[in-house]
Amino acid sequence: MSRELRIERSLPKFAAAKVAGLLSPGRGSSYGPLSLVNADPLDLPADGWLTIKPRLAGICGSDLSTIDGNASRYFEPIVSFPFVPGHEVVADADIDGISHRVVLEPVLGCATRGINPMCASCTAGNLGNCERIAFGTIEPGLQSGFCCDTGGGWSQSMLAHVSQLHVLPADLSDEDAALIEPAACAIHAALRGAFTGGETVAVLGAGTLGLLTVAALRAFTPVENIIVAARYPHQVALAKKFGADNTCPTPELARLIRSFTGSMAYGNQLTGGVDAVIDCVGDSASLTQSLAITKPRGQVVVVGMPAKVSLELTTLWHRETSLVGAYAYGTETMHDGVQRRTFEMAIELASTAHLGRLLTATYPLNEYKDAIEHAANAGKRGAVKIAFDMRQVAK
Amino acid sequence: MPRPGFVLEVDKSTPPTLFWRGEGFSLEKLPADRSRVIYAPEPLPALDDIDGAIRHALLNPIDQDPLPTLLFPGMKLTIAFDDVSLPLPKMKRPDIRQRVIEAVLDLAAEAGVDDVHIIAALALHRRMHEFELRHAVGDRVYDAFAPRGMLYQHDAEDPTLLSYLGTTPQGEEVEINKRAADSDLLVYVNINLVAMDGGWKSTATGLASYRSLRHHHNPDTMQASRSFMDQHKSELHKSNWRMGKVMVDSGVKVFQIETTLNNDTFPSPFGFLSKREWEWSAKDRASFIGTKKALDRTPSRIARKIFHNIEAPHQMTSVQCGEVGAVHKITTEHVYKQQLVEVQGQTDILTMGIPYISPYNVHSILNPILVMCMGLGYYFNLYRGKPLVREGGVIIMTHPTPWEFHPVHHPSYIDFFEQVLSETTDPHVLSAKYEEKFANDEWYRHLYRTSYAYHGVHPFYMWYWGSHAMQHCGRIIIVGGEARSVRRLGFTPASTLNDALELASDVVGRSPTITHLHAPPIMIADVT
Repeated sequence: MSRELRIERSLPKFAAAKVAGLLSPGRGSSYGPLSLVNADPLDLPADGWLTIKPRLAGICGSDLSTIDGNASRYFEPIVSFPFVPGHEVVADADIDGISHRVVLEPVLGCATRGINPMCASCTAGNLGNCERIAFGTIEPGLQSGFCCDTGGGWSQSMLAHVSQLHVLPADLSDEDAALIEPAACAIHAALRGAFTGGETVAVLGAGTLGLLTVAALRAFTPVENIIVAARYPHQVALAKKFGADNTCPTPELARLIRSFTGSMAYGNQLTGGVDAVIDCVGDSASLTQSLAITKPRGQVVVVGMPAKVSLELTTLWHRETSLVGAYAYGTETMHDGVQRRTFEMAIELASTAHLGRLLTATYPLNEYKDAIEHAANAGKRGAVKIAFDMRQVAK
Repeated sequence: MPRPGFVLEVDKSTPPTLFWRGEGFSLEKLPADRSRVIYAPEPLPALDDIDGAIRHALLNPIDQDPLPTLLFPGMKLTIAFDDVSLPLPKMKRPDIRQRVIEAVLDLAAEAGVDDVHIIAALALHRRMHEFELRHAVGDRVYDAFAPRGMLYQHDAEDPTLLSYLGTTPQGEEVEINKRAADSDLLVYVNINLVAMDGGWKSTATGLASYRSLRHHHNPDTMQASRSFMDQHKSELHKSNWRMGKVMVDSGVKVFQIETTLNNDTFPSPFGFLSKREWEWSAKDRASFIGTKKALDRTPSRIARKIFHNIEAPHQMTSVQCGEVGAVHKITTEHVYKQQLVEVQGQTDILTMGIPYISPYNVHSILNPILVMCMGLGYYFNLYRGKPLVREGGVIIMTHPTPWEFHPVHHPSYIDFFEQVLSETTDPHVLSAKYEEKFANDEWYRHLYRTSYAYHGVHPFYMWYWGSHAMQHCGRIIIVGGEARSVRRLGFTPASTLNDALELASDVVGRSPTITHLHAPPIMIADVT
């Protein structure tokens, strides 16, 4: 038996979570489909799978939107209930009889699903783009933490395919390692820009993903200037530490970029703008602003998970703006043509940039309501990343 | 016979003192036995026959030939005049500029001069709206000249309209309006509200470009001007005078007309604002209470409109014309006669109520940068001899200081406030790092030239105006200001005057001397 936080398919509970989440972010944890339960061990679905013991597991924005009932219905066919959330996982694993500290690469691609031959994306190393995400030997689930067969990180025990595990360097702390998975997302987003050097890039949002994107841009791309829209003082300070040249509150961003780039303006629309925006928010307002501050033929990279948005796309049409998504990770092509695994780069970044400093607080599983509310209000409470700590004994 | 300025020693029987707070005011009780209040002299009597005095001055100039002898058929005549920043508040019609310009035009017509251009000398200020131009020069002049393109506004950003005249021995470049420089005669029509106005500053600043202005509108010059109101100790004055010599040496012929106004600042409904509180009549007290209550309930946008519609009953006290330096010497004497107040010794704390208006927000918003400029640039510098506040002392201003800007008039101010002051408030640092970028920003240039925006560099100049006070004082406190705005300025917010005095005690001790500058009306403290 192990303790785990589980999400059941229950429409009334999702409805209650949505109402509670509207009243106060994170309150869906008290009224929704999430509950702390004792669970029997999962059966290993096939060869190559093993049981791992989570040490730390982060709370991500996608988890929060699920708990507050705001997740897009797009995900319905690619998750399977009941599932245990948690895909930012540092764990202990016994691999070939040797105990290791590992970080989980949670995407459930062809290799984990026993699909052979693998799809074109997985063959190319672009795991996040797997074309068989709902098929194979395990139930649908775009990642561990959304699949009923694998369990998730918000537990004392879960399953992982050996291909998902990366052994951690001995000198990398659990706290640094807990940021590897979101850092991989950020690196992928930064490299989706395909920057060749000298660019000015704006990053919208300075939560975990925004801050990691700044660190990734500085570490792995040749961009020249990074401008960050940050709301809270601690976000400003961290953005600057990670390499931002300028920061400002979101309402001031268009003016800062106009001034910085020497653009003209008409109404709220700049005539010029930055080479690219990496939108780590992903709502109607942020996407509208992104399009308004990107120069003609520039690009907007959407890394913050959007749901339904309302957008005026005339500017995109008129200015020939590229709007591209950035999901997960896989294999990256650097500006010098070298290819690297995203997770390998993320492990490197976790160490060199001391990403553990973004981990503001950890909670045991039994304090999950406090943990979720803290995470859902991280910015205004001076926090960045909140995680569950299974190294502590859950009651 | 108007009474001279007065320094009141505050005792227990002294009634509360009026403090301006933007589009409002309050009565504050100052600590007895260690506070004093400086009141401006009462308004000097106006000239009896203003038009007659103007004509007399034109015919009897100082150190120059009478104007009619300088006018001849076929000549190029340019008349430049001070812009909307003067006087404050705007004066009742007819504006003194209208009277002077009409008199000059009459003489020009008599002499058969038909090539006349009239130029608003606005330097890097915003362009004037048509209604403001009409107010300044009158409908008759406006309708006769503006439609024919002969009444227009100086454009400091059109290189084809500028003329480079050379440099001073100190390397200061002199570049002014081409039409003015190329004219056979430049007649400058000035209103002298404070002692730093007029003289060569009229032309060397009002008709200049950024290339020229940057040589004296900078932190070094401003910090070394002690004060702007004292020509002998003003680096700003000296620099303008050096530039004036370059103009003369390069053949620019200037006929300077300077006027002074009395300090009759507010019309009768607001008469209590200019009075000494212990002399308030029952009607004054009723006016104060009624006005204050009404303003407290009025949205700031509407209150602003009410105040900016005030037309001052200013009257002309002198007019003199001729050679620039000689004219300005006499003008300054007239200004001093109206404004000087003898004050014995400096003070630990200088308090000042900041009103709704400054030279740079006529029909606009007194944004936080202008609040700073009014307090530290203008009021602090209203001295001759020594600053009113001792070195290391404290300035306490009262003003709501909202985080609010006029988007058309002050676009570069918004960016300066958000992007520059968030990084540094040090005038030297921000000058070195940001001034050129703002000055050469194509967007600001476009708005300055085609809309009604102050030049991109203008907020820097406002900041430089206050640089001596910032260097001189130990702490700056704003009472009643929006806290985040006040902090962005680098100052300390306080809710009440008592709180401010408590905060000041960290710097000046528990029993500091306090001096309140009861302005407007404007005065100059002659501190000995």
